[in-house]
Amino acid sequence: MIYSTLNSNYSFVDKLKSVDYFLIFLVLIIGAISVFSIYSTESGDFSFYTKNHLIRLIAFFSLFLALSFVRVSTWYRHAYLFYLFGLLLLLLVIFFGISASGSKRWINLFVFNLQPSELMKIAVIVCFARYYHRIQSADIESYKYLLQPIILLLIPCSLVITQPDLGTAILIAGSGIAIIWLAGLNIKYFIYSGLLLLVSLPFIISVLKPYQKSRILTFFNPERDPLGAGYQIIQSKIAIGSGGMYGKGFLQGTQSYLEFLPEKHTDFIFTLFSEEFGFIGSILLIFLYALMIYRIIKIGFSCRSFFAKLYCFGFSTALFLYVFVNIAMVVGLLPIVGAPLPIMSYGGSSMLSIMIGLSIVMSCKIYSQEIISN
Amino acid sequence: MIKRNNNLDKNKTINRRLFILGTAKVGLLGLITSRLYNLQISEKKKYELLSDKNRFRESKTPPKRGVITDFYNNVIADNKRVYQVHLSLDETKDFNNSIFKLKNIINLSDDELSKIYEKKQKIKPWDTIVVSENLSWEKFSKLNLYLHEIEGAKPVLSTSRYYPYSNDLVHIVGYVGDASPDDIIKNEKIEKNFVPGLKVGKIGIENSTDQILIGNYGIKRYEVNSSGKKIREISYKKETQGENLRTTIDIEAQKLAQKLLENKAGSICAMDIYSGEIIAMASSPTYDPNKFTYGINKKDWNEIKNNKLRPLVNKSIAGLYSPGSTIKPLVALAALEYGIINPKLKIKCKGHDHPYELYGQKYHCWKKNGHGIMSLRNAIKQSCDIYFYEVARLLGVDRLSIIAKRYGLGSKVLENIFSEEKKGLVPSTKWKKQVLEQSWYLGETLITGIGQGYIQTTPLQLCLMTAQLANGGFKIKPNIIYNSNFNYEEILSKIESEKNKPSKANILKDKNINLYEKLYKNPKNIKIVLDAMYGSTNEQFGTSFRSRHVDKKYRYAGKTGTSQVRRITDKDRELDLDTSEIEYKNRDHALFVAFAPYDKPKYAISVLVEHGGSGSKAAAPLANKLIKKIIDRDKDREIIRKELKII
Repeated sequence: MIYSTLNSNYSFVDKLKSVDYFLIFLVLIIGAISVFSIYSTESGDFSFYTKNHLIRLIAFFSLFLALSFVRVSTWYRHAYLFYLFGLLLLLLVIFFGISASGSKRWINLFVFNLQPSELMKIAVIVCFARYYHRIQSADIESYKYLLQPIILLLIPCSLVITQPDLGTAILIAGSGIAIIWLAGLNIKYFIYSGLLLLVSLPFIISVLKPYQKSRILTFFNPERDPLGAGYQIIQSKIAIGSGGMYGKGFLQGTQSYLEFLPEKHTDFIFTLFSEEFGFIGSILLIFLYALMIYRIIKIGFSCRSFFAKLYCFGFSTALFLYVFVNIAMVVGLLPIVGAPLPIMSYGGSSMLSIMIGLSIVMSCKIYSQEIISN
Repeated sequence: MIKRNNNLDKNKTINRRLFILGTAKVGLLGLITSRLYNLQISEKKKYELLSDKNRFRESKTPPKRGVITDFYNNVIADNKRVYQVHLSLDETKDFNNSIFKLKNIINLSDDELSKIYEKKQKIKPWDTIVVSENLSWEKFSKLNLYLHEIEGAKPVLSTSRYYPYSNDLVHIVGYVGDASPDDIIKNEKIEKNFVPGLKVGKIGIENSTDQILIGNYGIKRYEVNSSGKKIREISYKKETQGENLRTTIDIEAQKLAQKLLENKAGSICAMDIYSGEIIAMASSPTYDPNKFTYGINKKDWNEIKNNKLRPLVNKSIAGLYSPGSTIKPLVALAALEYGIINPKLKIKCKGHDHPYELYGQKYHCWKKNGHGIMSLRNAIKQSCDIYFYEVARLLGVDRLSIIAKRYGLGSKVLENIFSEEKKGLVPSTKWKKQVLEQSWYLGETLITGIGQGYIQTTPLQLCLMTAQLANGGFKIKPNIIYNSNFNYEEILSKIESEKNKPSKANILKDKNINLYEKLYKNPKNIKIVLDAMYGSTNEQFGTSFRSRHVDKKYRYAGKTGTSQVRRITDKDRELDLDTSEIEYKNRDHALFVAFAPYDKPKYAISVLVEHGGSGSKAAAPLANKLIKKIIDRDKDREIIRKELKII
């Protein structure tokens, strides 16, 4: 394979010039909001969670900056390796993973517990971007090229589902499908597989774990079991609803302060934020995410290589999916599946994967003129 | 070139697809925004309310019951300080362990232990359980010593109901206990004020005046976290004590009445003949209401329940007895009012050898040798049965029934206070036809004329009857709870001025008569009857002569009664046994009614001793003592009445 060297001789200053500072600004501002939110979950006490979160934010933000200067062609070259590495980690979880509250998702890295499925979210995007980079558009619909990505997607998804972690599996699948969609697979396949999913839904439900079933049932009727499965969603709605237009104010969120909110520093961080800052605050936060997604798409447009383009569009869609699933979940539009809010939620792996994902975006920006040939 | 085309192609596709995706994203963001709008702006109120509910938990505190006093302001139902130990479940990690430790320190019995577990089932996991309601000081101080070892245990100073006169008032005042589901359903006030640990009246005044006595519970509002643990108290709306209640009872008279009935089964009632205020209403045997406050134990309960003399029955209102000869003044009055006889009517009582005969049936007088020739006055004074057989025959049972009902027999006296009160029975031909579906026999009229047969009365009804005769024949309303609206002087002067006037009332009709209106037609007839009762007590050969008061201040007029509990056979008459020789359950009930002082009547009294024998021997002597007491206390009573009027 021959890699173009057309713009490989950028000076460091040139590189710095082409950095997207607005994106960095967005990451920093959401990061700052997240620190204050986590601080609030500890009722204004600068202790364990806040400290950890801040340290991770700084560490992974630095990583993001550092990785931004990795050539996009390097990512291209190692895309499959990245995928295989993620897969290996997922397999390691099966044998050496640590369990918590009924599921086995983590590997102990001493510094923090890594959740490989989070990494896999990005690996799938990179891998698919590379895969479709080299395929001719005429070939996309051939069964050979159609089957490969499906298998590539099914392996990690099934591994994650068995952990069990339905939420992450859905997000991985969602990002993968988004790329297949962007690559231009005929719309009929999406319609067919959608119909197939609908038909096989009863079968899928029968395979689900009891807690997953109850979550889905509870989604349709939270009052079914207000102290059990419906508890989280009811409490979350109460907290958000009681926030009102302007919110109860920073550190004034009674529901989270009095520990009515479950998992308030992870999946339900938006609930806490929304309770304290109200409708205005929530819209503002969603707007920041939207800006970030817009910015990433914009970077995608500026890229010459199809890989970079596909990656940026794919990642922006994935990012949108994370944000949407999380918020829709806490406001009661989707069942509780366990999906963190990017950057905002407490959790090292999620933060790490987002930062890596963003760094590849940034690398696409810096090396936007790099041409990657097959 | 191909490659270039391909890339162009791919770019075109990706842009188109991205556009579609972007549209979908905008749509989904719109969805979330509208959802947030819905939650935070449209339904803000609802969620705010829910959020407050989450944060705050109310705990209700039981109110203090109102205090009950007698007429003289002596407290007869009090709230006393008690030492309790509570266990708050949300602070107890290991319930069994805490209970076990408590059991050892304060010596809980197995019975109490199982009750605690029973209670625990019924309450919420953050509630407090009352482990012991009434600890002795020793145990309480011992508990405080070990308190730090028992998770969730709290020593509490509380109040509980206490009856200082224990046995003397239980039939009037009643007692309290934990509210049962039934109590809560029946009484709206209890339902509204229900708090775990609330005591409600079970019987008597405590029961019927719960409305007034209960008060309103207090509310402590706490901020709590999601596990219900109290974080801090937000507000405390103090409970309000129930209103105090003054009864018409004179505790001294009541105590004496109860003492007079000691070791007997029976009742004594005393009443103000103008206001209807019940001064005393004793029922014997009695029991200690304080035992019920914390739930009575099995042994004590069985002892009360199995007592043959039936302490649980309030004999004054729920005991039914034949009035015996105490009804004779009323029979005489009825005959006079209807103009059946004149007081000079003379009948000869010839003793057991020559009884009264009707259709071949023999009717005996109680006096073996007979009374000789009797006039009405003498017949009442000496209680001649033969005379009243004839009067009853002439009068007829239906007319007697009208007068008996008018003077208070056959209907409940204090219905709104005592749910267990019985109305008794005043027979008539119509009643027999309707209820027994038989026709009336004239012979039954004869025995009704001496207060035997179907007729059934409560001692309180007899007291009311006597009162309404003694006040000159005016209708009064007996009550046991002091009525501050009652104007004693006004009613008294009204009655005094009307006393000697005849009434236009058509006494032939069984109709309702308004309060403080005349029950009679001709005042002379009342006077004749009262005068005869005077003779009965204060003249030689009178049946209660031996129990009279010589002192004019206490002088009273009365009428004895001896009520048979079974038919007297010829064999009995032959044996002529003394009361002590007859088996207890076959002995006659002794009755006595009276009013005092004779010159200016103010109080009426009725005495009943179950299986006591003759009224003159067993009942009249008790009346003698109580009358003295009541008249001695009259001056104080009037002072109190004046004070109350000023207030």
